[in-house]
Amino acid sequence: MEKDRGSEIDLALLDPVIEEKKHIKGSLIPLLQAAQEIYGYLPEKVLQYISSEIKIPLSRIYGVITFYAQFYQKPRGKHIIKLCQGTACHVKGGKGILEEVERTLGTKAGETTEDLMFTLETVACLGTCFLAPVKMVDDQYYGRLTPRAALKVIEKIRKAEV
Amino acid sequence: MRFKSGIDLETYREQLKQKTDPNRIKIRICMTGCRAYGAVELRDAFREQLREQNLEDQVDMVETGCHGFCAKAPVCVVEPMGVFYHGLTPKVIPEIVEQTIKHGKIVEEYVFQDEKGNKYPYEKEIPFYKTQVRVVLRNCGRIDPTSIDAYIENDGYQAISRVLSQMTPEDVIDVVKKSGLRGRGGAGFPTATKWSFARSAPGDEKYIICNADEGDPGAFMDRAVLEGDPHSVIEGMMIGAYAIGAQTGYIYVRAEYPIAVQHLKIAIEKGEKMGLLGENILRSGFNFRIILKEGAGAFVCGEETALIASIEGKRGMPRTRPPFPAVSGLWGKPTNINNVETWANVPSILLHGSNWYAAMGTETSKGTKVFALAGKVNHTGLVEVPMGITLKELIFEVGGGIPNGKAFKAAQTGGPSGGCIPENLLHLPIDYESLAKAGAIMGSGGLIVVDEETCMVDIAKYFLTFTQNESCGKCVPCRMGTKRMLEILTKICEGNGKPEDIDTLRGLAENVKDTSLCGLGQTAPNPVLTTLNQFLHEYQEHIENKRCPAGVCRALISFHVDAEKCTGCGRCKVVCPQKAVSGEKKEVHTIDQNLCIQCGICKGECKFDSIYIV
Repeated sequence: MEKDRGSEIDLALLDPVIEEKKHIKGSLIPLLQAAQEIYGYLPEKVLQYISSEIKIPLSRIYGVITFYAQFYQKPRGKHIIKLCQGTACHVKGGKGILEEVERTLGTKAGETTEDLMFTLETVACLGTCFLAPVKMVDDQYYGRLTPRAALKVIEKIRKAEV
Repeated sequence: MRFKSGIDLETYREQLKQKTDPNRIKIRICMTGCRAYGAVELRDAFREQLREQNLEDQVDMVETGCHGFCAKAPVCVVEPMGVFYHGLTPKVIPEIVEQTIKHGKIVEEYVFQDEKGNKYPYEKEIPFYKTQVRVVLRNCGRIDPTSIDAYIENDGYQAISRVLSQMTPEDVIDVVKKSGLRGRGGAGFPTATKWSFARSAPGDEKYIICNADEGDPGAFMDRAVLEGDPHSVIEGMMIGAYAIGAQTGYIYVRAEYPIAVQHLKIAIEKGEKMGLLGENILRSGFNFRIILKEGAGAFVCGEETALIASIEGKRGMPRTRPPFPAVSGLWGKPTNINNVETWANVPSILLHGSNWYAAMGTETSKGTKVFALAGKVNHTGLVEVPMGITLKELIFEVGGGIPNGKAFKAAQTGGPSGGCIPENLLHLPIDYESLAKAGAIMGSGGLIVVDEETCMVDIAKYFLTFTQNESCGKCVPCRMGTKRMLEILTKICEGNGKPEDIDTLRGLAENVKDTSLCGLGQTAPNPVLTTLNQFLHEYQEHIENKRCPAGVCRALISFHVDAEKCTGCGRCKVVCPQKAVSGEKKEVHTIDQNLCIQCGICKGECKFDSIYIV
């Protein structure tokens, strides 16, 4: 799948971003963030291009993207589900919700469904502990969840997509 | 408007104040955390109703940051009466507008009511707010954080204006020193001492950094300040930059906080436009600019040397100190790092003086502390209390106690670096030293309350899972030690623990604590050590009797139906993912223990409390 997408990648979209950032000290991370914003993830082709344009070895770029949780090397789903695993969510049953969502979607945390509809992620803390247990789907928060309520939200989104 | 001098700023402030009518009706509505409970729809409903009633010109809608009382979300306050409403829905807005806005009457149904049934219509009388002293959160929930005018009107940028025109950098450091302010990020290092190190370090090029990489699970204090009052952080940084002689400041903010990033961007842009950031600020010769850096998701970047590496575009790994950042920090230049809450304290200290600040708190810990109350506590939310109040007051008076009549078990402070404080230590005053003596730490302010249904071995395992996952892997004690500790904890939770595991665990914990390179590893064993010290019997129950007293560890529990309570409604049968429940309608159901995976969904869904854990 990644290969198919590889041919669609338009590297020219990166040029203005590189131009803007390449002379700023320490701009590798913001540049990678901007690239990911454009392509949804960081395909190898993009990384190679960045490396040759800003003269930073590819090995160092890989070092950076594998260190930080927010860089992705695979395409992500249309909808991103972030299940909070913070302390408040943990003591209020967050783990049970994760397992139920994993079971229903048929993917593990960190993976994307085959139809590229959902990417399931866990987050150390969403910083909305008063909503615990909580998840975020795209930009929307859903709080005080039960496993059933968590599934309902996903069902609703899936229906809207059909 | 672009301010060319302090007088310009004062004149502008006076104009803003004169324009404001104290009797004008304002609806202050939280537009940050309350969004998850329909605050946007609520605001739109208010707007629509005001328009229909032709009241738009007479009423201001103020979209604010967090009010703190998140348990009651969505919340809003109607000024000038100060009526606090919670749990409103768009449907009831016409009634609120008719009664409260038009006729000044209170709609009792939506005012706060305590467990005894007492009603508190006014914000300032609600027990949750009454004990609080708001210094850092002075503007949060009160002003529109996207409006620089609102900040200026509330004495904003007055402190920096005074500093630039009347004080030397040494004077500033002296005031902060006398105030007793200590770092709010967790360790509690005296702020003025840190500043003076960076001030006296040789070099013309210096940096200051605001650590807004709030990574502790269970903490949302900094998020609220950045979202609700970003200018106070910026002003604090300006004062710090002047004191140490820095020209550039970085705010390293967690990317999981999109509203905070957005509000900071707006605040910086407006500050630049009005001449409060940039060259020759208020014609004082002081130059200062702020650069926003979004983190990319690594807990260890909360450690200062790792954070610096991350700003430099590298893997965020810590390095040995010395040299300390005050001597050699960002790009090898003297650098001073403080966290959000520390910076937000600074303007008030300079404005009201060190004596005012030092009058609050205890002998060694001055001022106030913001806590994020969460977990098994009634009033989850954001609170700011003077240092020195007891944990008991904080949890039971401000926090309203434990929900559903359950018994309190422990208070967890300081996130994965902190510890669990049991009931017999709840009389401890909140200050850096008392909490350290209890084996916990003040930490950045996350306070998770747990009750009898929380397993302390599971909590220790939970935090170790987190730190082990976030360990950057640079030093052996942290990389290997956390892994080994987690293995032992997992074994115990699965019912395979051996009596000697306790000593091995304790030994490992002490080693990791003493020999790790940075704060992450040095504090990672704290949750294990404090639970071993305070809740050893729970470990022993798991190991010796293969029993989890709290009913959490799945390998050691089973679910059963109470035949007396079961009505045979069949709900558990429908929700069970394993089809482990059987039974005819209106007859007592049973759970097949061979199929059951102890997920607990049936228990959560049962309306008759008929499922119990053995």
